[in-house]
Amino acid sequence: MKQFKILFLFLFIGIGRTFSQDNSLSTNNSLAQHESHEVQNPAAPGHEAANQEPSHSGSSPAAHESHKFDPKETAFHHISDLNVYSIGPWNFPLPCILYAPSKGWSVFSSGRFQIDDNHHGTGQKIVDGYVLNKGRINRIKANEFPAGEVALDEIITKKETVSGKEKEQDYAMAQGREWLLDKPSTADGGLFGGGITSFYDFSITKNVLSMLLVFALLAWVFLSMAGNYKKAPGTAPKGAQLLMEPLILFIQDEVAKPFLGPKWERFLPLLLAIFFFVLGLNLFGQIPFFGGSNVTGNLSFTLVIALISFIIVNVNGNKHYWEHVFWMPGIPAWVKIILTPVEVLGVLIKPVTLTLRLFANITAGHMAILIFICLIFVFGNSGANTGAGIGASIGSGLLTVFMMSIELLVAFIQAFVFTLLTASYIGAATEEHHADANHH
Amino acid sequence: MNSFFYSILLVDFSPLKPDFGLLFWSSVFFLLFWFLIGKMAFKPIVKALKDRQDEIQSSLDAAKDARAEMSNLKAENEKILAEAREEKMNIIKEAKESATIVIAEARDKAKEEAQRLLQQANLDIENAKKAAMVDVKNEIGKMALQIAEKVIRKELADKPANVDYVNKLVNEVKDN
Repeated sequence: MKQFKILFLFLFIGIGRTFSQDNSLSTNNSLAQHESHEVQNPAAPGHEAANQEPSHSGSSPAAHESHKFDPKETAFHHISDLNVYSIGPWNFPLPCILYAPSKGWSVFSSGRFQIDDNHHGTGQKIVDGYVLNKGRINRIKANEFPAGEVALDEIITKKETVSGKEKEQDYAMAQGREWLLDKPSTADGGLFGGGITSFYDFSITKNVLSMLLVFALLAWVFLSMAGNYKKAPGTAPKGAQLLMEPLILFIQDEVAKPFLGPKWERFLPLLLAIFFFVLGLNLFGQIPFFGGSNVTGNLSFTLVIALISFIIVNVNGNKHYWEHVFWMPGIPAWVKIILTPVEVLGVLIKPVTLTLRLFANITAGHMAILIFICLIFVFGNSGANTGAGIGASIGSGLLTVFMMSIELLVAFIQAFVFTLLTASYIGAATEEHHADANHH
Repeated sequence: MNSFFYSILLVDFSPLKPDFGLLFWSSVFFLLFWFLIGKMAFKPIVKALKDRQDEIQSSLDAAKDARAEMSNLKAENEKILAEAREEKMNIIKEAKESATIVIAEARDKAKEEAQRLLQQANLDIENAKKAAMVDVKNEIGKMALQIAEKVIRKELADKPANVDYVNKLVNEVKDN
């Protein structure tokens, strides 16, 4: 009980510090940035082009007054992967492993960016052309930018039309001019606004660190469990065994055995790995005030697990399975011609649904909680209306507690559903052919 | 609607973009977890659980067997006991029967013996009586003879016809 009290005290001090700093420091910073920007304005008159007017007005004094709390940006920022681990007011630097095809590898700590105490986690230094932009590493596209540490004045955002699409572009202000910033390369091929840029980010990010922590925790739990069984076989279970055994048996008896038939033993380690890794990360992401990592709510992670499940399903697919995909037996040929593309699509859509289901569920949960918290600041008018803020705190607090309880359930359900569907896909691909003429 | 869609896309919604670094590290950690923990922890754990399940099942089966065996034994014991009781009753019955037979036989034998002894005794008595009668006859004859001798001696001298008569009398007595 006493420990809980201390923990709560600690958390509240942490929150208090976060928000007080957020308010005071951000106003200081924006003022400072605003001043430096005004000084630079005459030096770069060309930037006053008509299409860039909106972005510049974003840092004009009038707009600064109206620069209020933006719930959408806050929510997206908190569910994004970052190169800094923020717990309350503390920013823990993480190792950066970056590769730019034109410059080669760069490895350094994100502490070198001199992250400001502002909660947004923007760096104050440019390191080898890399910039920490709201917690995420960006790179100055121009190769002529000097290596080593260079002071970063500010980062400005402009709305631009790039190849027919309206897009927001970030620019770093340094050495008296603007530098176009590149975001890390992504594998979506421009589908979601990403694509290959001038560098790749292989850093140990917040999500990677979370994965590492969950991996270590699960490894410790399961290895010590396995050790217990080896050390004292045939004794009553205790400790972690009591917690994990029902889960393992649940996956074994309710998922592996019914779906995989006699081959269940071969695929059980994969199913258990998916279930516990996803569950561990789901739950880790829901620890309040612990960085709120969002690994299972990131498409990269869910895509990897879904692809591994896809590979396992199709590598193990037997003749019967492929026959049903490409040339369904027992139906007229003209139907087969229609059916085959549908079946092939079905094979390819399965991993996509796996990817999106987990991603959407976890992201939606995080978003809902973040938006409830954001409501406090919206109603409180960023501190201007204390009464409404207090009222909203109570309402949002209750809604958040409700949402978090649901998210706990969702954490289990989504881990279970992912495992169950993987098992059912493997089961369908490895099912033995029954001598049944009507079966198709 | 379109502008709303763009406004969503305009914000850097990075979780939707598969980042190469995160793809790489996710693969590394998941495969490591699968192979390492799968091999070193899940397999032994599942095996241990299976062993324990089998052990519990076999123990339960053994207990059930033992209980069945015990009830069998009990039934058998009861059967043996019942048989013994029946046997006892039979033996007692037989013993009683044979006892009555023996007693009856003994009684018959005794009766027969007594009969025989009685007959013997009667015969003996008859014989003795006869012998005694003969003796008595002889004695009486002798005595009568002596008496007669004496009487006759006194009278005989004069009547030989008397002597014959006496003898005739004696003979008559003898015939009796």
